[in-house]
Formats: sequence, C-alpha cells, structure tokens
Amino acid sequence: MRELIVILIAASITNNFVLTYFLGICPFIGVSNKIDSAIGLGIATTFVMTMAATVTWLIYYYILIPFNLVFLQYVAFIIVIASFVQFVEMFIRKVSPPLYKTLGIFLPLITTNCAILGLTLFMVLRNYTFPQAVVFGLGAGIGFTLALVIMAGIREELEFADIPEPLKGTGITLIVAGMLALAFMGFGGIISG
Amino acid sequence: MIKDFVKGLWRENPVFVQVLGMCPTLAVTTKAVFGLSMGLATTFVVVASGVVISAIRKFVPEQVRIPMFTVVIATFVTVADYVLKANFYQISKALGPYIPLIVVNCVILGRAEAFASKNNVSRSFLDALGMGIGFTCALIILGGVREILGAGTIFGYRILWEGFTNWIIMILPAGAFITLGLLVGAFNMIDKKVKGQRCGN
Repeated sequence: MRELIVILIAASITNNFVLTYFLGICPFIGVSNKIDSAIGLGIATTFVMTMAATVTWLIYYYILIPFNLVFLQYVAFIIVIASFVQFVEMFIRKVSPPLYKTLGIFLPLITTNCAILGLTLFMVLRNYTFPQAVVFGLGAGIGFTLALVIMAGIREELEFADIPEPLKGTGITLIVAGMLALAFMGFGGIISG
Repeated sequence: MIKDFVKGLWRENPVFVQVLGMCPTLAVTTKAVFGLSMGLATTFVVVASGVVISAIRKFVPEQVRIPMFTVVIATFVTVADYVLKANFYQISKALGPYIPLIVVNCVILGRAEAFASKNNVSRSFLDALGMGIGFTCALIILGGVREILGAGTIFGYRILWEGFTNWIIMILPAGAFITLGLLVGAFNMIDKKVKGQRCGN
C-alpha cells in the first residue's frame, strides 16, 4: 500500500509529467488560457490516462508478450489510446456541449498528447505490476491537471501584465513554466524522506 | 517547389513559429548531440511518412484518415527506433522513451494532415524535408545553448575557460523552459526586424 502511495505522489508532484518529463506540453500551452477549460481538459485526460494504463498493461502482458509481438508495441498502444479518446469525445459532446466547444481541436488531440503514450512506455520500462500501473496512470493524470490549472490561473493574471512585445504569447508562457518547474523541484525531498 | 522546402526553415519553423513538437524539443536538448540525433530521427520519420501518406491519400477514406496516418507514422518510428538501437546504442539509451514518443510528435501528424494529405509526392517530400531540417536546427541551437552554459562544452568539446562555474539550472527542466522562451522571443525580434527592413525598402 505504501508503495502505491509513493507512486501516486511521485507521478503527480515530484516527477510531474509536464514539468519534469516535458510530456503533454502542447495542450499545456494551448489550453491553459482559461481555468474552466483547463479543468475540463485535465479531467478528460486523467480519465484517458487511467484507462489507457489499465488496458495497455493487459494487452502488453497477456497478448504482446505471450505471442512474441513486442515489436508491435507502439502501434498497439496508440490504437488503444485513440479509441479511448474517441469515446471521451462522444461522451463530452453528449453531456456538456459548451465544454465540447471550448476544448475544440484539443479534444481529439489528446491522442497525440505525449503524456499518455509516455505514460504507457514508462509503465513498461519500469516493470510495474497491474495495481501499480493503474495508480501510476491516475497520478500522472492528477499531476497533469494540477500543472494545467496552475498555469491557467497565472495566465489569466498575465493578460493584464506589461510584457515586452517579442515575448508575448509563447515566450512568456514558457518562461513562467520554467519558474513553475523550479517551484515543483522544491517537492523533491518528499519521496526520499 | 523551392518555397515548399524553405518555409520550414524560417517562416513556418515548427519549433519557433508553430510551437509544435515541444516534448522532444525540451526533453532531449541537454546536449547538442542529443538534439542532433533526435532531429535526424524525426526528419527521417516526417519525410518517410509524408511520402507514404501522400502516395496513399486517394485511397484513404476521410473518416479513418487520422488512425491511418498514426499507424503509418508508428511503423516508421519503430524502424527508426530499431536502427538506432542496433547502431548507436549509447544515444538510443540516453534518449530512452523519447524516441518512441516521436509517434506523437505533433509536427509529424500536423504535416501529414495539413500538407501531405492534400499534395503530390514530390511536393510533400520537399515540405517534410524542410520541416525536418528546420526542426533539427532548432534542436541543435537549443541544445547548444544549454550545453555551453550548463557544462561549458559543445558537442563534447570544451570551449569555455576552465574556472567557469556550470549553470546547473540549464541542464534541469526549468532551464529548458526558460531558454526556449527566451529563444522564441529572440526569434520574434529578429523576424520583426527583417520584415521591417523589407517594408522600409
């Protein structure tokens, strides 16, 4: 149990996917304008991450390894992820059309969110057991949501700041992200302690 | 034709202008040589998949094109991954999961969707080549700056004086974000100056 909690905290805070592994940067920069849409996208991504970790673990250990098909790993994983995204997209369109509209192109783009494929690859590299993999997926999703929402909060304030012309938009966002990464490094001691 | 090639280098540079493919850009550029190898691997994948996608564009139904493109891209990434593992084991080990992550590099799917699926093979080839080289250059610049300031070397050769205190932050994630942010700013400034001159004349 203790081990699972460590994985959860590591994935969500100390080894935050966005701020230490640079995974999921595109939506991090693209959707972090408004807090509402950041929360929506965060929850959708967390769901896809948890499900993707669960299903790819089963596929990897019960299909790819026994049938000696490990070279199909990337293709198989990406198909699983793409189907889940399709499912989430249909679900959100049905339940909350306004949210569907705000997220726009970034919803189907969850497929190419490297955080999700990265998550499944790390899961295989680190030889996680099944419960560990599920918790890892959940933690990574929470970490992604956290980073996205904090960033959105800062950017809403930034709109009123006086920023040098060439740095407007992407430039300042990246610099702020750098400072956030520094701040998250401060949590580094939690795990080893 | 030449325009298709050149636009990826500057005007539509995937990293500095379109801000695509950020994950590998930021993650692997602790050293210039990693930037170079990641850039070349990506160039191979974007060119190969661009050509194939452009060749099959007429047989692929509109609704299933994204999954089709992804499968083509994933196949070429698998090839690149295995070639690197067989020939450059050290580099492949250092880049770790970021090589398979080329699959989800938005530059590649972006080119497939925006260009290769609408244009003929030779134009798609040039477009992809330009984008790949533009991407590689950006990675080398970013990796170079971080390596010089973070370790005092470039491509492994020492260029700063002996007593230089390495800026450890440049190797850490925070340094990647801040360097890229400043580079994008510098790029915008130069771009504006060049444009301003053209208008002045």
